[in-house]
Parts: sequence; C-alpha cells; structure tokens
Amino acid sequence: MTRSTIELVPTEKDRRIARHAAAAIVLTVAEAAIPLPLPGVKPGLANIVTLIVLARWGWREAVWVALLRVLAGSLLLGQFLAPGFFLSLSGAIASLVVLGVAMHLPRRWFGPVSHSILAAFAHIGAQLVVARLWLVPHDGVFYLLPVFALAAVVFGLVNGLVAARLLEELHGAAPAASKASATSPER
Amino acid sequence: MSLAPAAWRALLRPGDVLVVLGGLLLCGYSLMVLWQGGRPDAAIVRAGGKVVAEVDLRTARIIDVPGPIGTTRIEIQPGRARVAADPGPRQYCVRQGWLTQAGAVAICAPNEVSLSLSGRGADYDSLNY
Repeated sequence: MTRSTIELVPTEKDRRIARHAAAAIVLTVAEAAIPLPLPGVKPGLANIVTLIVLARWGWREAVWVALLRVLAGSLLLGQFLAPGFFLSLSGAIASLVVLGVAMHLPRRWFGPVSHSILAAFAHIGAQLVVARLWLVPHDGVFYLLPVFALAAVVFGLVNGLVAARLLEELHGAAPAASKASATSPER
Repeated sequence: MSLAPAAWRALLRPGDVLVVLGGLLLCGYSLMVLWQGGRPDAAIVRAGGKVVAEVDLRTARIIDVPGPIGTTRIEIQPGRARVAADPGPRQYCVRQGWLTQAGAVAICAPNEVSLSLSGRGADYDSLNY
C-alpha cells in the first residue's frame, strides 16, 4: 500500500473542537430519547457545550462545534437532509449569529444565562420562519409561538445556569483562555 | 459542588434577570395577541333572510325584531348577545343562551329570525362544529 502523500496533522485546536463536538453529539443523541409533548419543544442540552466553548474559546470554535453537532447528530439519528435537519440547522445558524452579538454585551451584567436565552429565542424564531415558509405554509404555525417562547425562556435559563456552573468549575480546574477570565468572580 | 438554590442564584447576573423577565413578557404578549381568536366584534340580526341590524358588541341594547308569528327580542351586552324571548314553540334559540364566540349562531326558525356573531378568527360557525 502506498502511503498517502497528503498528511493532515490535527492541531491542538482541531482536537479541542472534536472533543467538544463529541460531547455535544452525545447530548443530542441522549436528548432524542426523551419523550416530548410537542414536536419542536426540546431542551437543547447540546447548547450547553456551545455556550461553554463560546465563553472559553471564542465564537469561531463555537460555530464549528454547533454545526458539527447538527451535522453528526442528524446523521446518527437518521435525520440528515430531512425537514428536522433543516430546522435544527436554521436554528443553529440564527442562534450562532445572535451569540456572536450577545457575547459582546458587558460581562459584568450579562452572563451565560443571557446568552442562552437570547440564542434560544433566535433558535425558535428561525425555526418558525423556516417552518412557515417551507413546511407549513399557513400562519397557523405562529399559534405555537407562546409555547415555544415559554420553552425558550425555561430551557434557556436551565441551560445557561448549567453552563455558568460548569464554567466556574472549569475555570477553577484549568487555566482557560483569556476570554474565560471574566466569568463570575464569586464562588 | 453544591446544588443549593443560593449557589445557582449567584450565577445569575443583573442583566440575566432582565433577559428572563423580557422573555416572559414576550411570551405573555404573544399569548394575548395570538390566542385571543374567536372574540366577536359585531352581532348580525336577520329576519326572513335579510339583515335587519348589524350592531357592535360594545354597548348593551335590546332589539325587537318582528317576524311572521310575533316579535323576537334580541339582547346585546358587551362581548355577548342572546335571544331573550321568541314566540316559537320549542324555544331552541332562547335556550342556546349567551353567544360569546365569533361564528356562533342562534336561529329561531318559526319566526325566521337569526342572530349571529361575526369577528376576526371565526374558524367555524356553531352550526357545524
């Protein structure tokens, strides 16, 4: 067998992204096992990983992790290129855009909980628009908005709190990137 | 790693509380705007198939409508309307009571009078639901 002439040497950053994406994928698959009352209302546990990556390693890595998670998660669940895949993809892109803006809010006042809730609203917003334009061409989908908005607040709050908690733990355990130095000082 | 409520509260920053409250406000607002469908705007009274009165449901009033066998009395109150009295033998339209949903209809067939509520979001009338 001839040796390949192309050698891909993964950098430390690549490995880090892969590790975080793997954690997010595990959460996605685990979450798929939870029975849910309404299609579309999901805790979005994998976003905890996105929030942590955003806080510790910045927006670009968060984008990688979130999009890899959507892609690999859909492959594992047999949803790739199915309507559900495009809904999660649109939601992920919208929430990443909002996170990119929200991360520049003053850190003294706005923590992971704010990021999480704002991203959750972007998520449902984009999903409803895609669903309205493509899957359910009727204004009836907007009747679900109050339910989705409530879910965004509740799950956004829970995910944000978990992410903030884990960030504290990680901050105590390992020297993080400079961006993480601003996590809440009180313990 | 403690799970005491105070430990979790310490993770919330002032702006986070504002974002939570804002989210809940948006939630309540969308609930009120989107789920109020079916509230009636106006009552339409017909006699012999012709519209004899079309009144809004903001002020209370009583309308007497003459028909072939007598007078049907329609009572309007803010947000609702009913047939208060009818000379018909079986009183179906009277017993229907207050109509409160857009699309609801009370028909007094013997006297050829009908009362219906119109409004945005009237998905069905009460004859076929």
